[in-house]
Amino acid sequence: MGQIIQYIQSYLDSDLTPGAAGNMFWALVYIMLVFVGLSVAVIAMNWLERKILAHMQVRLGPMRVGPHGLLQPIADAIKLLLKEDIMPAEADGLIFWVAPFVVVLAAFTVFVVVPFGPTHAITDMNIGILFMLGVSSLSVLGIVMAGWASNSHYPLIGALRSSAQMVSYEVAMGLAVVSAILMTSLNAEGTGTLSMIGIVQAQQAQHEWFIFKFFPLGLIAFFIFAVAMVAETNRAPFDLAEAESELTAGFHTEYSGFRWSLFFLAEYSAMIAVSSIAVTLWLGGWLRPFPNLLSNSTWDLVFSLFPGITFLFFAAICFYNAARMPKHPLFRIQTVGLAGFGIVLGLIGVILFIPAVSIRAQDIFWFAAKVAGFMYMYIWYRGTFPRYRFDQLMQMGWKVLLPMGLGVLVLTASVALLQEKLWHP
Amino acid sequence: MQSMLHITTLHYLVLGAALFLLGVIGVLTRRNVVIVLMSIELILNAVNLNLVAFSRTWGGVHGQVFAIFVITDAAAEAAVGLGILIAFFRNKETVNIDEVNLLKW
Amino acid sequence: MAPVATPFFFYLLSGIMLIGGILVITRKNPVHSALALIVTLLAQASIYLMLYAPFVAGVQIILYAGGIMVLFLFVIMLVSIDRSVKERQFNSQWIVGMIAATALGGLFIAVFMKGKNIFPEHALPVIENDNTQKVATMLYGQYMFAFEIASLLLLVAIIGAVVMAKKRI
Repeated sequence: MGQIIQYIQSYLDSDLTPGAAGNMFWALVYIMLVFVGLSVAVIAMNWLERKILAHMQVRLGPMRVGPHGLLQPIADAIKLLLKEDIMPAEADGLIFWVAPFVVVLAAFTVFVVVPFGPTHAITDMNIGILFMLGVSSLSVLGIVMAGWASNSHYPLIGALRSSAQMVSYEVAMGLAVVSAILMTSLNAEGTGTLSMIGIVQAQQAQHEWFIFKFFPLGLIAFFIFAVAMVAETNRAPFDLAEAESELTAGFHTEYSGFRWSLFFLAEYSAMIAVSSIAVTLWLGGWLRPFPNLLSNSTWDLVFSLFPGITFLFFAAICFYNAARMPKHPLFRIQTVGLAGFGIVLGLIGVILFIPAVSIRAQDIFWFAAKVAGFMYMYIWYRGTFPRYRFDQLMQMGWKVLLPMGLGVLVLTASVALLQEKLWHP
Repeated sequence: MQSMLHITTLHYLVLGAALFLLGVIGVLTRRNVVIVLMSIELILNAVNLNLVAFSRTWGGVHGQVFAIFVITDAAAEAAVGLGILIAFFRNKETVNIDEVNLLKW
Repeated sequence: MAPVATPFFFYLLSGIMLIGGILVITRKNPVHSALALIVTLLAQASIYLMLYAPFVAGVQIILYAGGIMVLFLFVIMLVSIDRSVKERQFNSQWIVGMIAATALGGLFIAVFMKGKNIFPEHALPVIENDNTQKVATMLYGQYMFAFEIASLLLLVAIIGAVVMAKKRI
């Protein structure tokens, strides 16, 4: 037993990712952790989307299944698993079966290089961002296969529109990413890096998040990426291809039950993946706010209290709502459930105050907090903006975002060169 | 058996040659124009594999740069070839290359 | 990082590539052929990673598997008619084609038999982390002219493809 603890300790003390250390056991452990974390995040996103959209529309959302609808995602999952699996008669069996798996594979494989901390990534490929962009473009193939294999008009048109949209906005995304990568090369040796961990370390070394660099160029590049990533994941306001009122659910019309839930899982994972790219490239990844400006040890202590305080805040909300529950005997189980959930959150918060845990969990917390901000923005867009028509969508992708991306790239390169020549001749 | 276990340059070259051969068979024997175009992509990939294997053997990245150029050219050629295919399909309603025989005497 | 289990991965990936290649040239349905080609291209990207060429592997995944094959699938969906699936699959000169392919195969075997020993049994060179930087230096330095010509070629190809596929010029 002591040997196991020593082994775990010796690994946690080294500062390498499992991929760099060539350690397959720890790589598998990290993969399991990322998988579980992603599943929990998707379940939480399902509940959050319904509740937040409902509150934006001045209604309450799911309230019945658990206390305040907290068990609603589990009920949804059980319903989807128990539904009948239908395959259309003339559908191409093999492709119909394979398409959801291709989309899920593409959406989950990108998490191999996502950096949750300086050593908290499954591996750190030196072409990290290229790998992420490439593998997320493989999901277009799955969508095309799904639409074609269903052998009916609506899925085919939905698949063609969806894949045309994704391919167009990939170009704008690529240009925005290139202008962020350009900013990583502004160091002493003059070489940048494509690795995700390297990009965040470049932001740390240059004492500036890339969103604020060469103001307003970093901001415009971030804006282009933020718009393109919403279009890339087929979310509102660019969800013409799969909106329920438009094309009867587009390319996943003919899918039911478990297969549909795979598409749904892949969509939320892709949202989290592209948000991770945006957070890593522009918002400083795992760095806490003001890492260099406020960098003495008291500020470190203050910022290290944030994870615990956040969970205690959530626990306080749970207790407050449990106290506000109706005092009817039939509601007793919900009240007890909510109070229990609050106690669990409070325990997690208290554990996060322990310094040994807090040091390791800091980076993951800040990264997750920034990605959660992006998820809230996704839901906010869905509740606010009207839908784009398809020709307006394509026009914006090619005629607005692409020239803007090229302009930002050229201007960033020029300003970087000028800075080199004027301040470091 | 020992030579089979130690992967040398020759192994990659044999793999490239086998893919090239499969591509050539596809180009010469299939009727469907789209599958002929895909066999051409197989041939180009076999060439890329050879280039990158040689770049590994002799050090330097010249082979990899050449391979990137080949991928770029393959994209351009696939786009133009499929454009021709669409124009042809609009006229004759078939993708069968045996029926491209208007100039046959 | 030391390479691990190289022969296993090489034989696995080359098996996938060869089976994918055979499926490309023998399937009746062009969509199945396209999917087999995608599997072959992804296996080839993994072999590029084994050959210490990560940048070319990334370019292969983005451009080939994620771009060119999507283009192929679009066109197959546009021109695919059920009639082509029910016809004969091999064209009228397949015997001559097979003879030519056999001759080519014989030529390859002869060349490989004779030239088996000209490649050095190198010790592994140092595994650098800057493959992308080296490719970039060479691409924008020594091969700058070819780079510009390639972008001109892509422009010509775009215009050509658009003109070819238009309904009325």
